[in-house]
Amino acid sequence: MAGEADDRKPLLSKKIDKFFTGLADAWNFVRRFFQEVFLPPYEFKEVIHQCYRIGVESLPLISLTGFIVGIVFTNQSRPSLSEFGATSWLPALIAIAIVRAMGPLVTALIAAGKVGSSIGAEIGSMKVTEQIDAMEVSATNPFKFLVVTRVLATTFMIPILVMYTDFVALIGSFINVNGKELVSLSTFFVQVFDAITFLDVFSSVIKSLVFGFTIGIVGCYKGYHSSKGTEGVGRAANSAVVISMFLIFIEELLALQIVNAIRGL
Amino acid sequence: MDNREKVVVVRDLYKSFGDLDVLEGVDLDLHREENLVVLGRSGTGKSVLIKIMVGLLRQDSGTMQVLGKEVSKLPLKELNALRLKIGFSFQNSALYDSMTVRENMEFPLVRNVKNLTKKEISMRIEELLEAVGLPQSINQMPSELSGGQKKRIGVARTLVLNPEIMLYDEPTAGLDPITCVDINNLINEVRERYKTTSIVITHDLACAKQTGDRMAVLLDGKFKAMGTFEEVFPRAVDERIKSFYDYNFINS
Repeated sequence: MAGEADDRKPLLSKKIDKFFTGLADAWNFVRRFFQEVFLPPYEFKEVIHQCYRIGVESLPLISLTGFIVGIVFTNQSRPSLSEFGATSWLPALIAIAIVRAMGPLVTALIAAGKVGSSIGAEIGSMKVTEQIDAMEVSATNPFKFLVVTRVLATTFMIPILVMYTDFVALIGSFINVNGKELVSLSTFFVQVFDAITFLDVFSSVIKSLVFGFTIGIVGCYKGYHSSKGTEGVGRAANSAVVISMFLIFIEELLALQIVNAIRGL
Repeated sequence: MDNREKVVVVRDLYKSFGDLDVLEGVDLDLHREENLVVLGRSGTGKSVLIKIMVGLLRQDSGTMQVLGKEVSKLPLKELNALRLKIGFSFQNSALYDSMTVRENMEFPLVRNVKNLTKKEISMRIEELLEAVGLPQSINQMPSELSGGQKKRIGVARTLVLNPEIMLYDEPTAGLDPITCVDINNLINEVRERYKTTSIVITHDLACAKQTGDRMAVLLDGKFKAMGTFEEVFPRAVDERIKSFYDYNFINS
């Protein structure tokens, strides 16, 4: 009678079965999120708290990285453009590259490292120290309090951080361009806004929403399913980062195909 | 024959994890305002039993009735209503790390008791912290508390919802002997003051003797002995129960 489920022989091999079971678990986890997100009670206060943690506390790192990306990318692009005598195109080139790809990607990867790992570790440690069980036995829904709030916060905050990164990176680029080509701030930004289209900004925001959701849901899933004590918590944090980054690249590739199709390329 | 109302009735309960059979036909009756101590070595399924009681785990077969309701058959809403009547004090206290003591105690209260004013919430928290002897800890973080203090706050947090049944999972584990006595006294005070029915899971016989009306020794997935401390231990026939007693009271 007891232990029947575990006595079953694997359908293919243990590893393959485990992989598909994991996929099914992950799918159920995502489905549960969409079921719970619309049902009361709503943990507004916790969502705001998480938005603050994820957004405001990531600002210094995002600012520094965005600024450096702007400077480095401008510097690296200049020699190629100058070969064709086209250095005046630098602001346009940088704007397109940053808004379309670099801004969302850099922000999402940094957030996956900082936010994703912290969510995985925090929820993982709550799991192994029975804090999640404690919520459950006090008739509180831990999924709603821990998962829904964090996933909402990452989904809303990553697009805002992306826009901020774009801005800081463009400032970095302007400082570099201004130093070498003596282009004024207004000229630089006129060229920037001439180069980018509504589709660029729109696709960037939609993509960032997906990146944010991915970072939140993967971090929460890994934390929620961690086991084996402190070792499990470390593993949860680590795999949250690795899987989020992997998915972000896949999503970037898919987004590129979709946007190119819309553009008719 | 005990004529008091039965608040927990367990019959032929089985639970296993993979190939490991943990509970193999457990039967138990727990009466109102009784303090039952469940004893047994590590890994014998003591904690599993009380986790099934609150719906954290589900049995493979058998029945677990708490306050007249079969736990495994309750839909989530009714299970949560039942959980409000059960206080669960975890082995490691399970205080929420990121919250102060006040926030830890507010957490179940504000989510389950509607229409409470801020003043009423504060009064309830202060009263319970007073009852566990830690009114000064209200704004401290769990990381600033000692093991014994965490246990007390854990108990206070469960009492915030006025439970009818208290479940203590290893309440004295990892504590020094003097703090153990304090915790044992707290368990008795809680029972007298709040008229709770309790199950104490432990392998500490001093704790069992001090807090329990009745002992139940879990061996090989079943209760092998049940009765008062005097009935179960000094005259134990089973060699393992005897060695349990000898180790606790003679060797140490």
